[in-house]
Amino acid sequence: MNKTAVEKIFSEKSGTDSRAGDYVVANVDYVMANDITAPIAIDAFNDLGMKAKSDKIIIIPDHFIPPKDINSAIQYKKSKDFALNNGTWLYDIGNGGVCHQVMMEKGFAAPGRLIAGADSHTNTYGALSAISTGIGSTEAGVIFATGKMWFKVPETIKINLNGKPSRGVEGKDIILNILFRIKNGGAAYKCMEFSGDIKYIDINERMTMANMTTEAGAKCSFFDTDEKTIEYLKQRNTGEYKIVKSDDNADFDQTIEINMNEIEPSIAIPNSPDNVKHVSEVHERIDQAYIGSCTNGRIEDIRKAASILKGRKVDRRVRLMVVPASQEVYNQALREGLIDTIVEAGGYFSGTTCGACLGGYMGVLGPDEVCVSSTNRNFIGRMGDKTSRVYLANPSIVAASAILGRIGTPEEI
Amino acid sequence: MVTTISGRAIVLGDNVDTDQIIPAKYLNTSDPDKLAPHFMENEYPDLAGSIKNGDIIVAGKNFGSGSSREHAVITIKGLGISCIIAESFARIFFRNAINTGIPVIEAKVTANNFEKITVDFQNSRILYSGSEIKFKEYPEFLKNIIESNGLINYVRSGKW
Ligand code: SF4
Repeated sequence: MNKTAVEKIFSEKSGTDSRAGDYVVANVDYVMANDITAPIAIDAFNDLGMKAKSDKIIIIPDHFIPPKDINSAIQYKKSKDFALNNGTWLYDIGNGGVCHQVMMEKGFAAPGRLIAGADSHTNTYGALSAISTGIGSTEAGVIFATGKMWFKVPETIKINLNGKPSRGVEGKDIILNILFRIKNGGAAYKCMEFSGDIKYIDINERMTMANMTTEAGAKCSFFDTDEKTIEYLKQRNTGEYKIVKSDDNADFDQTIEINMNEIEPSIAIPNSPDNVKHVSEVHERIDQAYIGSCTNGRIEDIRKAASILKGRKVDRRVRLMVVPASQEVYNQALREGLIDTIVEAGGYFSGTTCGACLGGYMGVLGPDEVCVSSTNRNFIGRMGDKTSRVYLANPSIVAASAILGRIGTPEEI
Repeated sequence: MVTTISGRAIVLGDNVDTDQIIPAKYLNTSDPDKLAPHFMENEYPDLAGSIKNGDIIVAGKNFGSGSSREHAVITIKGLGISCIIAESFARIFFRNAINTGIPVIEAKVTANNFEKITVDFQNSRILYSGSEIKFKEYPEFLKNIIESNGLINYVRSGKW
C-alpha cells in the first residue's frame, strides 16, 4: 500500500481502488445542511420524489437563528418541517448551535468517516480525522435521497508541524501562518493533511485550523489520530469508527514544513485571510470585537477571553460581542461563571448563532467601522458595509483589543 | 447539450468571492429574480442592470471562492448568464455550477468587456476578436451530468 488517508477513505466508501484524480461515487456517512442551504436542498430532494435516508441527514439551523426577519423565518420553518416530517436528526434552538460545532459535539464527526455538508467550512471535521467536505445544496438534496455523491479524489498536501508553539500562539496563529504560505486558492481541490508534533495542539485548536483550510481553497483537511482525538471522542456519543493513516510512501502533492516554535501571534488584515502580519505591527482602532463562530467560539476560546477580561473594562468606544458556538458551549460558560465575567467587563454575551460572522445580523458593521474578529473571513463586506474592515485573530487578541480600544495583545494590558 | 454559445463578455477580475457575487444579507431568499439585481452590487452597483440574457462571464483566478451558497450560482442564472469562463474556479462553486447545469470552463481569456465571445463545445475552443483558445474537455463523468442538464436529471435518468 502507498496511499494517502483520503485515498483510502474514498476507496473504501466507493468500493473501488481509487487514487487522487479519480472520479468516484461514494457512500456518504452523514450529510448536513443549515437554514441557508437546506431549503434549496429540500427543493432538489422533492424534485427527485424519493424517500429520505433519514438516519444520515442532519439539519442544523444556525445562520439566521433565531429568525431575523420573515424570510429567514420561512427558510427556518421549511428546514425544520423537513427534518420533523422525515425523521432526520435536527438540532434546533435550545440544543443546537453553529452547524460544525454541533457536528463535532454530537459525535457525527469521527475518524475514517466521509461527511458532506452544505456549508463551506465542513472541512472542520478533519480535526477528528474524518474526511469532510463542503458541497452545494442541490447535491445535498441528492444525498438526502440516495445517500451518495460524486467526488474527485483529491491530492494531498502534507503539512509537517515541527516544534512547540510559544506561549500566546494558538491554533489560529498557526493556520494564519500556513495561509500566508499557501495563499487563498493555493490548496484548491486538495486535502491538507497535518502531522508531526500535533501533540502540542489541542482538539479545539485543531478544529480552528481544519476550519480555515477552507480559506486556502482546500477540499478537506485531515489530522492524524492520536490520544487527544480518542479522548475527545470518548466524551461523545460517537459509535464505531475506523482509524486511517497515510502510508509513509504515499504520493503527496507536496510537503510543507512548518516550525511552530517560530510562529508569532498573528493577524489577517483586510480583505483576505491570507493577508497575514505579526499582530505587533498592527495598532488600528476598533469599533467592534467579536468572539464566536465555528472557528473560535468554543469553551476554550471563551475561557481565554474571560481570563483576559476579568476585572477589566471594555473600552467605551468598542462593542464586544461574545457568541458561543453552541448551546453546549453556552451552558458550560454559564456553569463556569464566564458569562458573569464577560458581562461585568461590559461585553455583550448572546445565544448561539452565526449572525454577525457573515454580516447577517446581531453585530453588523456600519460604514468605515473596524472589527477584530475570531472568525475565518474578512472579505469585502463580509461582516457588513462594503467600507467596513475586518481583522482576523485569535480570541485572546480579540479580548485584549476590546480593552485597549485598538488592536493589541494580552501583554499590553 | 448546446454545442455553441455566443454572447457578450462580462469581464471580472481574480478572486471574485461569493460574498461579492451575492452579499449575505440577501440569503434569506433563494428566488433567482430577487437575487439577480444584487449581483456584485458592493463592487459594481450598476453591473447587474447592464447584463443581458445570454452574456458570458469572463473572470480570472479562483472565481466563486468563499461560501458554499448555491445562491451565487442561482444569482448568475437569474441574470441569464449562459456560461462562465475563468482561469480557475473555487471548488464548491464549480460543483454547484455543474450540478445546476451552467457550463463552466477553465481557460484564460483576455476579451474586453462586452466583446462578443463564442464557445464551441464540440471542438473545446473559445473564439473572440480573431483569437482561438482551446480548453480542456470535461471528463466523461462530468460531461454526463452537464449533458443531462444538471445532477437532478442525471440521477433521475437512472445512470447514477
Ligand atoms: S459561524 Fe460563520 S463561518 Fe461558521 S458556519 Fe456560521 S457563518 Fe459560516
